[in-house]
Amino acid sequence: MASLRTTSRLFAASRPMFRPAFARTYATVEPTPTEQPKMKTFKVYRWNPDQPSEKPQMQSYDLDLNKTGPMMLDALIRIKNELDPTLTFRRSCREGICGSCAMNIDGVNTLACLCRIPTDTKSESRIYPLPHTYVVKDLVPDLTHFYKQYKSIKPYLQRDTPTEDGLEFRQSPEDRKKLDGLYECILCACCSTSCPSYWWNSEEYLGPAILLQSFRWLADSRDEKTAERKAALDNSMSVYRCHTILNCTRTCPKGLNPGRAIAEVKKMLAV
Amino acid sequence: MFSQKVAQQSLRRLAVQQPFAMQSSLMRASPAAVALGQNIQTRQVTSSPNTEDPTQILVKQRLQRPIAPHLTIYKPQIGWIGSSLHRISGVALSGTLYLWATAYLVSPTFGWHLESATMAASMGAMPVLAKVLLKSTLALPFTYHCMNGIRHLMWDLGRGLTNPVIIKTGWTVVGLSIASAVGLALL
Repeated sequence: MASLRTTSRLFAASRPMFRPAFARTYATVEPTPTEQPKMKTFKVYRWNPDQPSEKPQMQSYDLDLNKTGPMMLDALIRIKNELDPTLTFRRSCREGICGSCAMNIDGVNTLACLCRIPTDTKSESRIYPLPHTYVVKDLVPDLTHFYKQYKSIKPYLQRDTPTEDGLEFRQSPEDRKKLDGLYECILCACCSTSCPSYWWNSEEYLGPAILLQSFRWLADSRDEKTAERKAALDNSMSVYRCHTILNCTRTCPKGLNPGRAIAEVKKMLAV
Repeated sequence: MFSQKVAQQSLRRLAVQQPFAMQSSLMRASPAAVALGQNIQTRQVTSSPNTEDPTQILVKQRLQRPIAPHLTIYKPQIGWIGSSLHRISGVALSGTLYLWATAYLVSPTFGWHLESATMAASMGAMPVLAKVLLKSTLALPFTYHCMNGIRHLMWDLGRGLTNPVIIKTGWTVVGLSIASAVGLALL
């Protein structure tokens, strides 16, 4: 420990006493005064539940991109902080793991925190809530039904027999590998709300996100209720409203493949 | 230390500004009063009974919620545009087949001439441009639906389900179906 301290002190001493004047620290966001402002227009969907008779409308906000962080979520937060505190949206982790800020940006469903602001200042960016969802306020969708559908597929390990040695349920590395690309899903609902089939049949069709989760439990070697899970899906609506449009795979902000998961579910049901 | 000071100070301020409140709170709610059973509980603010069913607030709001825009704002991409064309061409093809077959079936009754010889003669009488246009509009839905159908069969086997392949095969089908439709029209 003592030797470590000495070396660190030596290292500290070897650093220059003064930083060069042009060096910028990591947190610096203030532009140099000579820089031209890069103004970009953001058009955001607005609807207020307190004035339900007023139609939803698009509101424009102009931001200087030099003073804004790189991501769409940075722009939204800046609009809320500096231009319009009434703008409402969900956000939490700002690093694509919570799935709160899922919305339709420039026509494609994605997470605002993972979506770069297009640097082209001539074209405006249009931000909508997730398509064909009921709007609670502004960019906040009502996902109650989505969560109910998730609950309906029993998203947990179902097993009656204990292991021989009474320890945890183990699986081989190969079986574990089957869950890769499935367990990473954060249930942001980007894929489900990009699916035209889900737009028209969301009451009964489960949609890509929930079907990917279904497959995650069907593919799990430790689960013992595979037959029951398959029986629950084997009807005309739950799975077979999927017409392989594949908007889900195209739009997934986590780079997962719900389309392939549904294809695998269909294969399992057919055999 | 600090919190004690703050509490003392606020009590002192209360005593100066509202001596009555001070008196009531100290006299009627003091530990001694509580112990003797002489304390009186008072409420500074009265609440009015809520006659509205609280569960109905959310219900009412839910009835008024608009549906977020969907088809009109989603970015046109080869995936879903191609899929909708697949369905439209399928409906057009089967619709044409049913219409034609029914017309052929009832043509003797109504005296229509839909035999092959008559059709060939009427087609032959058309100018070349009209012939090519008519034939390619009939051929394009057919070629597109056929080739995209192969794509769907591939997907049903679980193959070709990655983003780059989906986009590439989508445009390939568009190109091939237009080329083969023109080829069929020029026959």
